[in-house]
Amino acid sequence: MSNDAVANAGDTASHQGAKRHGPPVKRLMAPAVLFLMVWMIVPLAMTVYYAFENYNLMMPTMRGFAGLGNFEILLTDGTFWAALGHTLTLVMACLAITVSLGLVLALLFNKTFLGRGVARTLAISPFFVMPVVTGLLFKNMLLHPVYGIVSWAMRTLGFEPIDWFAHYPMFSVILMISWEWTPFALLILLTGLQSLPEDQIEAVRLDGASRLQEFRHIVIPHLGQVLYVVVMLESIFFLTSFAEIYATTSGGPGTATTNLPYYIYQNAFFQYDIGLSSAAAIAAVILANIFAFFLIRFVAGNLNAGGQR
Amino acid sequence: MAVVELKGVAKNYGGAHKNAKAANAVENFNLTTRDGEFIVLVGPSGCGKSTTMRMIAGLEANTDGEIRIDGRDVSQVAARDRDIAMVFQSYALYPHMTVYDNMAFALSLKKVPKPEIEQRVNDAASILDITHLLDRKPRALSGGQRQRVALGRAIVRDPQVFLMDEPLSNLDAMLRVDMRAEIIKLHRKLGVTTFYVTHDQTEAMTMGERIVVMRDGHIQQIDTPNALYHAPNNVFVAGFIGTPSMNFLKMTLGGDGKTLTGQTARMVASSERQSIEAHKGRDLMVGVRPEHLVLTTDEAAANLIKGEIDVVEPLGSVTMVQLEVDGHRITAQLEGDTSVRMGDAIMLTCDSARLHLFDAETEQALPRHEHRTETA
Repeated sequence: MSNDAVANAGDTASHQGAKRHGPPVKRLMAPAVLFLMVWMIVPLAMTVYYAFENYNLMMPTMRGFAGLGNFEILLTDGTFWAALGHTLTLVMACLAITVSLGLVLALLFNKTFLGRGVARTLAISPFFVMPVVTGLLFKNMLLHPVYGIVSWAMRTLGFEPIDWFAHYPMFSVILMISWEWTPFALLILLTGLQSLPEDQIEAVRLDGASRLQEFRHIVIPHLGQVLYVVVMLESIFFLTSFAEIYATTSGGPGTATTNLPYYIYQNAFFQYDIGLSSAAAIAAVILANIFAFFLIRFVAGNLNAGGQR
Repeated sequence: MAVVELKGVAKNYGGAHKNAKAANAVENFNLTTRDGEFIVLVGPSGCGKSTTMRMIAGLEANTDGEIRIDGRDVSQVAARDRDIAMVFQSYALYPHMTVYDNMAFALSLKKVPKPEIEQRVNDAASILDITHLLDRKPRALSGGQRQRVALGRAIVRDPQVFLMDEPLSNLDAMLRVDMRAEIIKLHRKLGVTTFYVTHDQTEAMTMGERIVVMRDGHIQQIDTPNALYHAPNNVFVAGFIGTPSMNFLKMTLGGDGKTLTGQTARMVASSERQSIEAHKGRDLMVGVRPEHLVLTTDEAAANLIKGEIDVVEPLGSVTMVQLEVDGHRITAQLEGDTSVRMGDAIMLTCDSARLHLFDAETEQALPRHEHRTETA
């Protein structure tokens, strides 16, 4: 503070007055900055450090600088590439399903109908269920080959029940995560729709637009920002999906549903190879960044193109 | 260009409203425009003027009656197929499109060839003097510019009917006067039948070829600005049209069918314009406009209002004074150089021919001999 006072000595009196009576911004921000340091920067730095170390908990004597050794092992590991592929499949599929389904639901819930409030709350409720609970719900109550409600329905209709997590593991995981996250897309897109001014819809109708054109030229551009937020946030969450997989397939059968977070978990807590899993974690961070970069380019480009036409 | 006919048009919002009066937003609306006429719908808020316009546009369905455009009943036709352009109070420009795209949008939906779109947009832009704004997005425009773009978007379509819903109410006072003149010029040039909704009677008087005065969903009077001013149908219209508002005094018509007496005021009615015979001995509402009251010193004047000034508003060209007479607030518009002060006792008089007589109970104007209103 004393430094500030010296630096601002030449400023006008009113400015100084404002400074003196203004909130002590730095001191108030300090806890948050400290929190971020401790909870994000330190672990990240540690991860980077371990990634270049030989560090296996089962072989405590073999510590030391590994160079790019961990990355070499990682990039030649078929499971890593499979996990990368599964991660991308999962993210893409879940994005496609949640955003399109969320948009359709948002359009429906934007209409007034009897019992809308109750229906809306019900539609959003999956989002409030914890990921692990979601996993257990799907594993034991919905998709279980014996006790699952889906199996019961199939048996009732005369079909052979399916062991979903064993035979269609990726499909089941995508289904589960989409169930969990569609409400999020619905919620955000619905608020977006509700902020669309009524008179714009009326103007476009008088301009001779059909329902489809109205949607294409007014609703979608209006939702642009909101869609961007949904896609950004959801892809971050899908990239880091873990609990649902942990609670259901445990990455299996085999490595059929092992995504990057699960691969990291397995290496760290089953192989006890901290070095390798740290290297994989760095790869995950890089992937997330690449993803975000392309996503921003793609979404921004689309928005501009939509505006141009 | 088109003739718009409204026959017995009504809008009823159904039982959802608590009282039946509010549920009937518009009742029995009848009007036939001439081709290319400029019609102004005016009235206090909630009188149903906007609802009427939205029914013409097709944004709301009329629950009764028929709406015809050039003879075709459009009551069941969707808004997009009515070939009507509307200028909204909020302008309702498409925020993600440039000015050019905003104006070209309706034409491109109709698959008009690109060169023609360009031609029409450029023509409209030069009429409205917004050519230099064509590349901008609406958010980069001022209120007046947005207003022009909204008008431009309507005129490029060359529609059968223009609807304008309080288009000037978001502009500041100076700009409003300019745009008013400009819209009138534009209308003369294009000759498109136009409906214009406003709650501002000055706007209505200056712009309308004919004005529809509405109240509580009912038409009060449809007339030219002059006729509304000189021959209002009822107390509501008389009070609504003209600034400052017409003064009203409750007076009793004597047995001679001429002398009107209030508590302190006295008047002599003229039967030249309105037939008053039938109202001998009954109470009348006597209306006289502030601009028709003059100061007098003649205590024996036939028409005389006496009172003590309690508000003086010098406006330069004129001086407004207000006084309380027989429990009514009276405003008089005096010469600008009149020297009067608060508390002065003054006497006002007026020409008997300037008096408007209304039945005190029904609030309807007594039957007129001449200046008969054309419609209504």
